[in-house]
Amino acid sequence: MIGELLGSGMALPAMFVGFGLLIGILFGFFGMGGSFLVTPALLVMGYPSRVAVGSGLAFVFGTAVIATLKHRDLGQVDYKLGVSMIIGTTIGIEVGKEMVVYLEELGLAGSVISVIYVGLLGGIGLFVTREALKGGGGGGVDHDDADGEIDADDIPDIAKKIQSYRVPPMLTLRGGVQVSLWMILAVAFATGLLSGLLGVGGGFIRMPALFYLIGVPVPIAVGTDLFEIVFSGGIGSLLYAELGAVNLGIVVPLLAGSALGARLGSAATSLVDEDGIKVYFGLMLLGGAVAVAIQEGGKALDLPGAQVVSLLLIVASALLVAGAVVVSSVRALQRRESAASPAAD
Amino acid sequence: MIAVPALPVDALSTVGAVLLEAIVLYVGYGLLVSTLESRVTAAITER
Repeated sequence: MIGELLGSGMALPAMFVGFGLLIGILFGFFGMGGSFLVTPALLVMGYPSRVAVGSGLAFVFGTAVIATLKHRDLGQVDYKLGVSMIIGTTIGIEVGKEMVVYLEELGLAGSVISVIYVGLLGGIGLFVTREALKGGGGGGVDHDDADGEIDADDIPDIAKKIQSYRVPPMLTLRGGVQVSLWMILAVAFATGLLSGLLGVGGGFIRMPALFYLIGVPVPIAVGTDLFEIVFSGGIGSLLYAELGAVNLGIVVPLLAGSALGARLGSAATSLVDEDGIKVYFGLMLLGGAVAVAIQEGGKALDLPGAQVVSLLLIVASALLVAGAVVVSSVRALQRRESAASPAAD
Repeated sequence: MIAVPALPVDALSTVGAVLLEAIVLYVGYGLLVSTLESRVTAAITER
């Protein structure tokens, strides 16, 4: 039905470019959101699951390359942390995959994964939103301070606890944060495990984990998460491309739109207040949790329209959040300009 | 299903094409943004 509405010719690539722009803003801003939005959209459009997942992964890979280059320019990628996380995440993904195989043998995979997905998205969404609303506001994200010492008050309590376990070797991260390598590997393993279990890129788990569990400043958490997605997305898209499941007719226009969006999104991180970032992130996760719950409820009750409603909810929440990012950035730019040049009476 | 023809290329070329497109877009949009940034900022702040 959606295909008939769009017809053929240039309408479809143009729609992919527009959708890519929206996703790019979110990806550049939050360091997540690619596969979470693209794959369900392609499934609803009628593409086979394998092509939807493979093309989604290839798109995530391309977007992550662009966004990582941009965050690198802004000094927001901690390579030492990124490489350490890749090791732990890879092992976690493997274990997660094995758990899925075991659950499939028991015939419980679908229901268990859906419940974990909704619980995790909803739980992280609520936690992030509550923490952001509790924060005092102010103190925007200053990229010039990426290497500066972090104020102890800015480090979440859980991260302080994790940083207090001083099991050698200790790693000194960007912002002067000192954490045991074993703690980083443990956090990376846990996020990789959930990523492998749920079949997602894992940015929505890793980005908050880097901030709340390791104590890395939000801009560096976003940049380092993207750096890691370059590797996980690259390997994943290569595996699917070997199955002939990566459609460049989808990926190329999506990427063209998202490249511009990612520039806007990552530039916005230097303009919008840090607590504002966390509120948007939390609200989008809550929207995603509700969307997945509707989709799964629809499957259980055999409601054919549930998948479309779920997709519309995901796209609408993404559109609202991307719009909020752009509007907040424009307002911040205007405030900055008026502060720099006070009007003469 | 909406028909977007898949190109017959091997796995490494497919991923390589995505990587190449990403780098070209990064450089291309970078040049575009550096050219237009001051004009867009001025247009936003004047409103």
